[in-house]
Amino acid sequence: MGRAVLSITKTMRALVAVKRVIDYAIKIRVKPDKTGVIKENVQHSMNPFDEIALEEAVRLKEKQIVKEVVAVSLGPSKSQETLRTALAKGADRAIHVEVEEATAEKIEPLLAAKILRRIAEAEKPDLIFLGKQAIDDDCGQTAQLLASLLNWPQAMYASVIEQESDKTFIVTREIDGGRESIRIKIPAVISADLRLNEPRYATLPNIMKAKNKPLEKKKPSDYGIEITQQTQILEVTEPPARKSGGFVKDIPSLVVKLKEVGVV
Amino acid sequence: MNGIRLFSCHLPRKHNILQIARRFTGTLVLAEHTNDKLSPITLNAVNAASRFGEISVLVAGSNINNIAEQVAKVEQVKRVFIADHEKLKHQLPEYVAKTVETLQKQCEFDYIVAGASTYGRDVVPRVAAQFDSAPVTDIIAIHNGDTFTRPIYAGNALCKVKTNAPIKFLTFRATAFKPAKESGGSGRIEKAPETDFSFSGVEFLSQELLKSERPDLRNAKVVVSGGRGVGSADNFKIIYELADKLKAAVGASRAAVDAGYVSNELQVGQTGKVVAPELYIAIGISGAIQHTAGMKDSKVIVAINKDPDAPIFEIADIGLIADLHKAIPELIKTL
Repeated sequence: MGRAVLSITKTMRALVAVKRVIDYAIKIRVKPDKTGVIKENVQHSMNPFDEIALEEAVRLKEKQIVKEVVAVSLGPSKSQETLRTALAKGADRAIHVEVEEATAEKIEPLLAAKILRRIAEAEKPDLIFLGKQAIDDDCGQTAQLLASLLNWPQAMYASVIEQESDKTFIVTREIDGGRESIRIKIPAVISADLRLNEPRYATLPNIMKAKNKPLEKKKPSDYGIEITQQTQILEVTEPPARKSGGFVKDIPSLVVKLKEVGVV
Repeated sequence: MNGIRLFSCHLPRKHNILQIARRFTGTLVLAEHTNDKLSPITLNAVNAASRFGEISVLVAGSNINNIAEQVAKVEQVKRVFIADHEKLKHQLPEYVAKTVETLQKQCEFDYIVAGASTYGRDVVPRVAAQFDSAPVTDIIAIHNGDTFTRPIYAGNALCKVKTNAPIKFLTFRATAFKPAKESGGSGRIEKAPETDFSFSGVEFLSQELLKSERPDLRNAKVVVSGGRGVGSADNFKIIYELADKLKAAVGASRAAVDAGYVSNELQVGQTGKVVAPELYIAIGISGAIQHTAGMKDSKVIVAINKDPDAPIFEIADIGLIADLHKAIPELIKTL
């Protein structure tokens, strides 16, 4: 593939979008008034797919393909914790686009993509990394919307990213039924699949160092963006519960049951 | 192109005052296909979309007349737009999106929809952004023309939303909607308008699809899934044997995939495939929410696990506490 000899241009900049979400291991509870899920006093952390996206950007920096990694988060003041985590894991600086907690609930992927577009226009990254979806709203849209707004190529559900030349990358994507390999020209938007890498833990010295790294605060209005919402949440409910049907004691009684149900 | 009419959507409204009264309303469904075969998820999307009035389908690709003809026969389909171009051969989202945009600018559909597959997820938001419309993805229920239910938090909550987007860009979860019948329709096949493909940021290199004699995981009536408890890639053989006996598809939990027992194409769960077969047999699977998000809508769930406290038993209709290495061979023999 002619990838062996590369003159490395240590000039690329990577932007990584990270979101603060309820920790993946938490069993969420729906609010009794059906307006959403309970978030108060619930463990939050960086969206797992964003951790993977960030890890990939940091690895490209360690390979000296990327010169600077900028982490961005859109959300309430607590999103700064998520950005500090990103800095501790290797991002060079961070941008926090702050919104009120109540407003944050209303931010849909299209609006997030519009703000990210403005940041991209200001920061001029070569690569923008995002997770393939946030594990709270499960939308899986922001990366595609952003790529479209910028008219950049999109490499979604990436599981392998290799630099090919100083302008191109080869990306393996996880698609239905298998894998696909594409060549993308920078600037490009990449979304991370679970299998892209194993994110590192932030070490204590790095967490300390992260406190001194620059974290810039912005508001959506700094980017000329007004908070609007096209998708209104009418109600959030518990899914219909499945009940345990009990146990059978051995294989013959299992087979009897299966025949009763008529599926075998 | 013999027998295919030229593109006949009218000009944009501002160019022709006579058409103000009745613009070309309706829904555009993006057909998904693998060159010579229409993907079944398209049929689920057509059926879901049939609630919104007249259905047109876009078939984009290269040498796809046969797909277009197949789509034209699907019940409810009124029009089939065929976009046949070398650049569309591998259906890269950048090019498909441009085709949809061009078509939308002339036809002004109210809805542009697809199945919630990799393809639909790739293309639908990319087009939506160009029309300043917020998409609604992975819909499992339609209440009316602008109100839908979709799962959030890995299916642990259901969210009912109302969209005010100028154009409704939607993807539908296949397992939540029945497929449309493949016959009974008589759609008119037309050529889609010419599209500018001057974009050059992306290039297709290769594709590697998992080939299997077994039924497709997402459409199988019976799924036999193995988890970490299976123990090794070698041990997975008994899962395949049981699946063959039941003419079932084989699935796996993320733990089994991560342990390298099977390839990730088989993964069922939030980050894998969502299935809803008649019968789901979970073997050596603990039942983490990541997994159950992908299978809890199955009609009958059977769990076989040696750990009586495994959470999978909380949702299983039939549970068996047993060592799978003894139980499965016995089950194969009994069936």
